[in-house]
Amino acid sequence: MVPDWLIQLRDFISQPWPWWVGGLMIAFIMFLLLWFGKNFGMSENFRVMCAADGADEMNEFFKINWRDQEWNLLVALGAVFGGYMAAHYFAAPDGAVAHVSAATLESLRALGLQFEGDQVPLVPEWYSWTSIFTWRGLLMIVGGGFLVGFGARYAGGCTSGHAISGLSALEAPSLVSVIGFFLGGMTMTYFIFPLIFR
Amino acid sequence: MRMSRYIFVGILLGFTLYKTEAVSWFRIFEMFHFQSFHMYGIIGTAVVAGVLIVQIIRRFHLKSVEGKEIVISPKNKTWPRYIIGGFIFGLGWALAGICPAPMFILLGSGYTVLILFLASAMAGTYFYGLMRKKLPH
Repeated sequence: MVPDWLIQLRDFISQPWPWWVGGLMIAFIMFLLLWFGKNFGMSENFRVMCAADGADEMNEFFKINWRDQEWNLLVALGAVFGGYMAAHYFAAPDGAVAHVSAATLESLRALGLQFEGDQVPLVPEWYSWTSIFTWRGLLMIVGGGFLVGFGARYAGGCTSGHAISGLSALEAPSLVSVIGFFLGGMTMTYFIFPLIFR
Repeated sequence: MRMSRYIFVGILLGFTLYKTEAVSWFRIFEMFHFQSFHMYGIIGTAVVAGVLIVQIIRRFHLKSVEGKEIVISPKNKTWPRYIIGGFIFGLGWALAGICPAPMFILLGSGYTVLILFLASAMAGTYFYGLMRKKLPH
């Protein structure tokens, strides 16, 4: 028999987490990695994976001792496990839903996206193997991935490396990067989405 | 085992970003429309707490588990790479609705198609490696 308190703990964790819990947890994760003598930066894994796949012999940017970065690959692997557990054993009581605001629902409708019963799913329908064969799905997954990989390395970091680690260390370059993230994100959202979803 | 602690950190990260819905394309869409405080609350709280943590580490010269002083190396003070690279990253972030950490998390949640996002992100990283000398930094 599973004790009651364990069930209650699971139900407690399964609820959607408020923003401040998320923020404190992210800061705690950054602290743990600093305490372990490392740094919080997830996009570095793309470079490590390139190096491990043999890019280190083709280009000097990838001449890194990727084994020294093994810890970061393990963080990524842990994130995969965490995602699996959160989705399968700690599912929210109202399902995999994104509790976006009414204004957001309106903006999504204005782009032509419809949702049954005003419930916005956590993950959009085009994260699927079938949608990869549509130009829109291909653009969003493969095109988006390429831009994220290229931009993160060009800027020297992503959301974790610049927005969290960099801003916490009061780094001006990270503030400039985050401004860049927002200028890029808003350009996509306001000017390119109306073309993609038309 | 020494390495298992990193897997633990990753699991914490996975739970945090999944349960706060930060992995959601729709939350990123909402953020870029400034229609909810949610994402700003997450990043803002993390940064405020993070600044305090870094200040404490620096002021008290805290040591890592291995007994060495924790050093946070400063970033190079050049500007074009941060604004141009950041802009390109932002385009991809809004388009795909995911940044690198959520990609790994959603891959675990069962959206196996994101393996293609990972592959193209690696291709993008490799392309940067090829172009690096020709780009303004």
